[in-house]
Amino acid sequence: MTAIRSGAKATHRKYDGAWPWLFVLPLLIGVVGFYVWPIIQTAYYSFTTWGVFGGSTWTGGANYAALFADPQLYRSLLNTVIYTAIVLLGVPLSVWLASLLNTPGLRFVQFYRLLFFLPYVAMPVAISLVWRMIFNGDFGLLNWVLKLVGIHGPYWLTTEWFALIAVSIVGLWSSLGFSMILLGAGLKNIPPDLYEAAELDGASRPRQFFSITVPLLTPSIFFVLIITIISSFQLFDLLYAMLGAHNAVMPKTMSLVFYFYQSGFINNDKGFASAVAIFIFALIGVITLVQFRLQRRWVHND
Amino acid sequence: MPATSSRLRRPRRAVVGIIAALSTAALLSACSQGASSAGGGSGDSYTPAAKNTSANLTYAVWDQTQVAAIDANLKGFNAEYPNIKVTVSVIPWGDYWTKLQTEASSNSMPDLFWMNGPNFQLYASNGKIAPITGEVKAGAIDPKNYSSSLDDLYNYKGVQYGVPKDFDTIGMWVNKALFQEAGVALPSANWTWADFQSDALQISQKLKSKGIYGITAGMDGQTTYYPTIFQAGGYVISPDGKKSGYDTPETEAGLQFWTDLIKNGSSPNMKQLTETAGDQWFVSGKSAMFQGGSWARTEIGSSPIAKDVQVYPLPTGKVAANVIHGVSNVVAAGSKNLAAARALQVYLASRTAQQQQGDMGAVIPAFTGTQTAFANSMPGVNLQVFLDEVQIAKPFPVSKNTAAWNTLETNLLPDAFDGTKSVSAVGSDLATQMNAALAKEQ
Repeated sequence: MTAIRSGAKATHRKYDGAWPWLFVLPLLIGVVGFYVWPIIQTAYYSFTTWGVFGGSTWTGGANYAALFADPQLYRSLLNTVIYTAIVLLGVPLSVWLASLLNTPGLRFVQFYRLLFFLPYVAMPVAISLVWRMIFNGDFGLLNWVLKLVGIHGPYWLTTEWFALIAVSIVGLWSSLGFSMILLGAGLKNIPPDLYEAAELDGASRPRQFFSITVPLLTPSIFFVLIITIISSFQLFDLLYAMLGAHNAVMPKTMSLVFYFYQSGFINNDKGFASAVAIFIFALIGVITLVQFRLQRRWVHND
Repeated sequence: MPATSSRLRRPRRAVVGIIAALSTAALLSACSQGASSAGGGSGDSYTPAAKNTSANLTYAVWDQTQVAAIDANLKGFNAEYPNIKVTVSVIPWGDYWTKLQTEASSNSMPDLFWMNGPNFQLYASNGKIAPITGEVKAGAIDPKNYSSSLDDLYNYKGVQYGVPKDFDTIGMWVNKALFQEAGVALPSANWTWADFQSDALQISQKLKSKGIYGITAGMDGQTTYYPTIFQAGGYVISPDGKKSGYDTPETEAGLQFWTDLIKNGSSPNMKQLTETAGDQWFVSGKSAMFQGGSWARTEIGSSPIAKDVQVYPLPTGKVAANVIHGVSNVVAAGSKNLAAARALQVYLASRTAQQQQGDMGAVIPAFTGTQTAFANSMPGVNLQVFLDEVQIAKPFPVSKNTAAWNTLETNLLPDAFDGTKSVSAVGSDLATQMNAALAKEQ
């Protein structure tokens, strides 16, 4: 925040008139019309009971009262937090992988990069179907392999906690590619002469990694963290496709967004669903804000 | 390094902010379509549209495999009404109801569209679809030509909104080769619950080493526990749509049926059946019987076990019973081309159109007497069972907001089937919650 403020002070210029607004207008119309306005509407509808086909009646805070009294909210929140925590383990992993891929003289770099990136561009539903087969309790590949080493694998997708872990593993796996691309770009910005100097000084590879790569990569890591947390909090399609709508373990595994979906589109309770959406919105907002506050302590900006 | 870093800082911050806003907003906007009032219904009278009526109609459906038969129907329709252009819009099942609801909120529904039982009352009670009272009075559509259970499904408070275009009933798909392998005699057509239970258990015990079970099912209402609830003399929802039947002893007996099968190993358990669906066990030769719908014909007919399959009627419990469901064509009450849409609805319900549907083998057509093509489509398999069961079939249980208590069934019943909790405990819990959901509908 300080950066922006001091920047504004330094470049304090006179008012440019309406022209700048005219240029941003096309974008502004889109953002306001399709994003800001719906958010305001959602906020309004969260205080109403909304008929399936429209027609809302003001019910004050009733939706929020019901929401915070519903144990399902807290379970969904817990599940979402656990999922996010597991997917975040992918961040250090992708820092490591990205720096491996950045090793000078490595052959087939593009090929590896493609392999890692593929899950990110593939359809989540298609990915989920493949993983469903791998995790299948009776006939799945994973349990077959576990059996070879003498472990009797669980019914991954229908057992409490295991289902959440299975979904998290896939979430982690499919987020690696995108994080690596972002971090790879950050790595390219680190001047090679730093490494040369370090090498002359006799620093080992691990020492170079922790003393040069990681600190200079912190802005990229911060960005990846933000993106990963926001997208993890929106866990839905992966969960839905991997577990299926008719899975008894779903109430114990569902994410916040699934809870929203179930309220709005299965139970047709859209006023209540709006309250859930506003809750998710506020939560992500607060988390992101906290991260920006904390970043000053660890992000190496200069 | 410093230069790039500070240059990147501000845009990055903006990017993060925008991404945060956009991703959340995209989610929020999904549930924020504007409110609007219902459109007016059509009147009580029906006069066929003039032959030279000109209009552009949209006809929304969810099943791509039926489009060929629909196109054939439309050719016939256009011979009568050359100036009515119909665009068939296929919306995948996963998006169909969400999209339709959105369109209904903004009064931009397709002129004619497929409706199913669970959703029907929601649209009828909100005045979103047009009654066919006039068509019936004028004799353009005669409900007597269709199964009365199915007519009832599309009747709300005594007003008819559509007639079925097709139907499904449930049957017992049997793998004869596995019966033989286990040394169990094939069932007779009038078997009872006891006969069935003993066959299933014997097969499971004899073929256990091969991982083969006696019975699998979808563990959903329509194919699995609704039929057995009806066979036990129970009900899912009271006829007036106000009360759940799940706390009655008869309904619980219909649920206990499946709990017992899982408990004694005749059937795989709930976890196994969730991870690998009942039909997959059956077509892979891992279960000797599969209680499933007539629509399983395509999948089973093209599977490796197709030549060993035969269909039997469901075993009789306290009474013989089955469940019937069928899709209907309904007209949007707010359609700008109401006359043309009603003309198409009438045409699609005609014997000619229905016969064509049946002959093209897409589904079992609903018009009585047009189903022989379906029955003959798999010689030796006895698909006739699905047609005969119509006589004893009860309508698919629905209310105004069926989906709300369907979720409860899906979430609560597995505990009963798996024996985690007693059937009566789950039954009364489900009944309480379902009654609360039903009370909200009023």
